[in-house]
Amino acid sequence: MTAPLVRIGIASAAGAALVTFGGCDLGHKQTTQTGYRGAGLDQIVDLKHIAKASAIPAPPYPLPPDGGPTAGQSYQNVKVLGGVSKERFDHLMAEINQWVAPPAQGCNYCHNPENMASDEKYTKVVARRMLQMTQAINSRWVSHVKQTGVTCYTCHRGNAVPANKWALAEGTPDPDTILGNKHGQNTPNANVGYASLPYDPFADYLNGQHQIRVAGNSAFPSRDHKVSVKTAESTYGLMMHISSALGVNCTYCHNSQSFRAWNLSRAQRGTAYYGIRMVRDINEDYIGSLQSVFPAYRKGPHGDVYKVNCTTCHQGVSKPLGGISMIAQAPALKGPSLPPAEPEGGHAVATAVPAAFNQPAAMTGKK
Amino acid sequence: MALLSFERKYRVRGGTLIGGDLFDFWMGPFYVGFFGVTSAICAALGTALIFYAASLGPTWNPWLISIAPPDIRYGLGLAPLREGGFWQIITICAIGAFVSWALREAEICRKLGIGYHVPVAYGFAIFAYVSLVVIRPWLLGAWGFGFPYGIFSHLDWVSNTGYQYLHFHYNPAHMLAVSFFFTTGGALAFHGALVLSSVNPAPGEAVKSPEYEDAFFRDTIGYSVGTLGIHRLGLFLALSAGFWSAICIIISGPLWTRGWPEWWTWWLNLPIWS
Repeated sequence: MTAPLVRIGIASAAGAALVTFGGCDLGHKQTTQTGYRGAGLDQIVDLKHIAKASAIPAPPYPLPPDGGPTAGQSYQNVKVLGGVSKERFDHLMAEINQWVAPPAQGCNYCHNPENMASDEKYTKVVARRMLQMTQAINSRWVSHVKQTGVTCYTCHRGNAVPANKWALAEGTPDPDTILGNKHGQNTPNANVGYASLPYDPFADYLNGQHQIRVAGNSAFPSRDHKVSVKTAESTYGLMMHISSALGVNCTYCHNSQSFRAWNLSRAQRGTAYYGIRMVRDINEDYIGSLQSVFPAYRKGPHGDVYKVNCTTCHQGVSKPLGGISMIAQAPALKGPSLPPAEPEGGHAVATAVPAAFNQPAAMTGKK
Repeated sequence: MALLSFERKYRVRGGTLIGGDLFDFWMGPFYVGFFGVTSAICAALGTALIFYAASLGPTWNPWLISIAPPDIRYGLGLAPLREGGFWQIITICAIGAFVSWALREAEICRKLGIGYHVPVAYGFAIFAYVSLVVIRPWLLGAWGFGFPYGIFSHLDWVSNTGYQYLHFHYNPAHMLAVSFFFTTGGALAFHGALVLSSVNPAPGEAVKSPEYEDAFFRDTIGYSVGTLGIHRLGLFLALSAGFWSAICIIISGPLWTRGWPEWWTWWLNLPIWS
């Protein structure tokens, strides 16, 4: 009589233990304090789960000195890098070969070997636009990429198509019925950290211009504050994406006392602010402009081109490639200096925000 | 406070846990006891230190006074007084006062010859506090993971610590704790309402007996837990609420470092359908 009960007991205990400890991080933790002591502003990461920054590939051969004839003088149909010296142009082409092109095809992935100047392959047209994009990121968006800069490798990592990308989500099979229509949410999706939040934050916030502004001016409801809870949930969906893309939690940038207040936030939030706008610029002005160039098999289920999000570069680490700069090996990608993008609030914001960052005491010296 | 007629015979010496008959006497209605004295000393010292540490801070606004734990770089060592040391001593005083109080309750139980249910129940509250300021900080390797002593500041800590796991409502132990808190409140309301309904009959009628109470719930939901049972159930629900609250914060960090929604991927990954 007791034996079955004992067996049932053991089975239940084992089941409970499996459920309880099956998904546990039992290893050593790395802890970092990101705010005033005792404020609960910490990063706690299990060492196992720290994304490894990928290895930096060795240059194909040492960077040749600048000077000599330019690429424009030496080759036909060089539209972006015409002013770069031929030696350095060749070096960059070898790097692109290593960073992007499939090894089996090499130069021929983009070029017709019979006529290197020809634009007949779509990949060459894409590559040209991507060179312009990289130069724009390194100059116009220095507010996000700082002096580290980006190269093709930051996204591509040796793949012809970057591993982390997005296109418009599949959507509901039959939007005319309530059966099975989950309105783009309530589905465990890695985009939003497996929460029930709306799982396609990218179309609205990383391609469109939806504002990430949901907090009101007061702690109380107001007739003048017309942002819905639904909008807040979409915003949180985007934040979940940023969090998993960077391998950090919300307090890496925010103090949840007020997600909105800049003087309670860390400077990293300012970097992210420009990052979001940089991604919009990339998706709309650069990748979006190639809509007619990409063949159908390079597009998503709705026929839109694959676009970038934070994971495309970051891949689970707060600084892509561990913060190692590769731009010195590819100086042509720095590009002509373009005026840096201005914050949306204009110059007043540009000075007020850093001023607030410089007063961490504002966090404790509450008014 | 008047001494009840039957109370005098329970006011006997002995039954203390340690210290023989040291402080084994009453002051007015209150039993003193060795642990009453240690409780008072710890509470007085801790409170005085809170006021002193507050006097060194930037505000006397009672909402904003905050005595924060050390930076986590101090690890499990001692910090200078003004950089978290006060928090450390106040924590020791608080635990000393709370544990002394539980032991004083146990001594009173022994004198009365009753069970230890009250000190055990209070022990769950102490466990929840110790989880926050000792067990979890110790598991994470720094006292700085404790919460600050301040009305608003400890709420900020709760909020920020929750957001360290992206969405704390997905913490399974937090789910249990919240469910038990609601159930406790519900059970208490049902119990209170039932007792009041029995002792407030229609005008001219006699107060109703527990049989009526049982009949009400049998008619309503097919079962009555009974007059003693409701108190057992209430104790279980309330202690479970406190217990799972403690568990939900102990596991956040020491046993799980990512967003809590992601923890549930074990379900998605069960070999049955994955």
